Amino acid sequence: MTRHSHFSFQRLLGIIVKEFTQMRRDRLTFAMMLGIPLLQLTLFGYAINADPRHLPAAVLLADQGPQGRTLLQAMKNSTYFDFVRQVSTETEAHNLLARGQVQFVVNIPENFSRDLLRGDRPALLVEADATDPAATGNALGQLNAIFSAALLNDLKGPLESLAATDGPIDLRVHALYNPEVITQYNIVPGLMGVILTMTMIMITGLAITRERERGTMENLLSMPTRPSEVLIGKIVPYIFVGYIQVGVILVASYFLFHVPMQGSILLLLLVALVFIAANLAMGITFSTIAKNQLQAMQMTFFAFLPSILLSGFMFPFRGMPPWAQLIGEVFPLTHFLRIVRGILLKGNTSVEVMNQLWQIALFAVVAMAIGIKRYRQTLD
Amino acid sequence: MKNGELIVDVRGMTKHYDGRAVVDHVDLQVRAGEIYGFLGPNGSGKTTFLRMLCGLLRADEGSGTCLGHDVIRESEAIKREVGYMTQRFSFWEDLSIEENLDFVARMYELKKRRQAVRESIEQLGLAGREKQLAGQLSGGWKQRLALTACLIHNPKLLLLDEPTAGVDPKARRDFWEQIHRLAAKGLTFLITTHYMDEAERCHRLAYIAYGKLLAHGTVDEVIGQVGLTTWSVSGPGLPHLAEELRARQGIQQAVAFGNALHVSSDDAAALEQAIAPFRHAPYDWRKIPSGLEDAFISLMEVSKDNFAK
Repeated sequence: MTRHSHFSFQRLLGIIVKEFTQMRRDRLTFAMMLGIPLLQLTLFGYAINADPRHLPAAVLLADQGPQGRTLLQAMKNSTYFDFVRQVSTETEAHNLLARGQVQFVVNIPENFSRDLLRGDRPALLVEADATDPAATGNALGQLNAIFSAALLNDLKGPLESLAATDGPIDLRVHALYNPEVITQYNIVPGLMGVILTMTMIMITGLAITRERERGTMENLLSMPTRPSEVLIGKIVPYIFVGYIQVGVILVASYFLFHVPMQGSILLLLLVALVFIAANLAMGITFSTIAKNQLQAMQMTFFAFLPSILLSGFMFPFRGMPPWAQLIGEVFPLTHFLRIVRGILLKGNTSVEVMNQLWQIALFAVVAMAIGIKRYRQTLD
Repeated sequence: MKNGELIVDVRGMTKHYDGRAVVDHVDLQVRAGEIYGFLGPNGSGKTTFLRMLCGLLRADEGSGTCLGHDVIRESEAIKREVGYMTQRFSFWEDLSIEENLDFVARMYELKKRRQAVRESIEQLGLAGREKQLAGQLSGGWKQRLALTACLIHNPKLLLLDEPTAGVDPKARRDFWEQIHRLAAKGLTFLITTHYMDEAERCHRLAYIAYGKLLAHGTVDEVIGQVGLTTWSVSGPGLPHLAEELRARQGIQQAVAFGNALHVSSDDAAALEQAIAPFRHAPYDWRKIPSGLEDAFISLMEVSKDNFAK
């Protein structure tokens, strides 16, 4: 068997210094490492809204009475609906929906007010373009509440019996941790995980393939370096990069998006170390498998897409079928999202965090072991 | 290491790629302080052989020692005492001269690292330019940097793979002078090359083609092994004469050398018979000792025939 030499800290240091120097010289990569978080923060942070308002609606109003107008006014006041068109036929209304010019058509039939006052429970039809359920869901969910509240004023005195009753249960809902349901509070901390996943895997994915493509691998292999020295040496510099990204995102979260920070930032920084290491280990493992830089890039996206889709960043984790949740549980991002949202919004402490953290750590160890095993010490 | 001691002593070194033997049972002995030239056409297995010696490739078969370490099992120990200069410049072009040397020094865990780096830069004659990026150096300087970097850990054996490819004649001469100076101090070299003048500057040579070692020894021994007889002919209309000669049986090569034509074959009698019809005025025929190049071209032709069979 091959006689193994000891692990050398001097060699490790040498590789770290070399990687740092090369990173510093590679302006494009360096800019990308800072540019990606800023760009994504701006895009996702400012552009994404899971509670869309001011949706265009058309109205088909055949009723002459005041109650129909009251309801329309109430819908408008809710800020979910903007009435952009008044149409006179159903065909016209359907055309607008089909062309995507309006999201809703509100159809108030003839004699609506009269029938309402008579207690005939007249129909009010709201047609929605539900091709994107997320866009219409919240607005439709609010309708009952909007209408009940609006009619309270009109249905006074003798008409009071027509108003919606309170129902048999006194229902109370407390939306904890994010009472105003501000999307950014969920998205921005989540972005920390997404950005780290993407950049960390990609950067280290290129690390070894680049040496191979440039022909420097032959030189490196002809020297008495050990696989663990090379791989760890290539990971360490990017931990610093990861922390720069974490810093940028935390500052932006606090000052731009006013994300609450209930828990310990120090704890979050410690957790981030494990998470960053897990992603770097995954990237370095890709790097040992890929034949060139292009393949390494492709593998990065192959891993990145499922983790962004199945981790609960984009879609609710609990909405996924069990098999998808099972896949999601494998990705470090899934656990990191729970941790970072837990710490920032819920004020979680190390007790709650540990539950997720060991799974990230396990992933890191396994990925690193595969990487070291796959790293070839010869050119064979 | 004493002079005469075997630095490299390997037998039956074999490497297959896709079922084809790229290096086919090559035996090689190199003594301490020797400059050993390794010649052969492109793709003949020279680089593969060097890579097997320094543990960059695993040999499929073979045994022996390199610097006293087992060539198959102790490649890590061998790496520590060998300097390997790759055919293509393989240092980091986005690192400076100093950073490259410092990196190499760290990889070999040198005790007096800074001092070693400073001395290397001075030896290179690059003091004052040490901050320059390696990628900005010219071919000749890259080669010198690579050699210096290979020497920084005081190896006992240097494996140089076509070190002078793409380097101008002046730099090549300087390079060989340095090699001879270092060999005089006891360093051993195994150098692959295509150039005949470089081959003649080696103490001993080996010729490899299609993975097989065809001849080895000193320059004279190699020429002797090929057993070539060569005639030089001068006179008018040599290109025409060369064509006529090549068409005849018994002549292996007819190559123009300046104002003369060298005609050779390993069968002296057949050669004499073949040239007999042309041995008259205005041609001036003279029997000359065969050169190294004649010998190598003959070896290459013969091995090509063997390979085609």
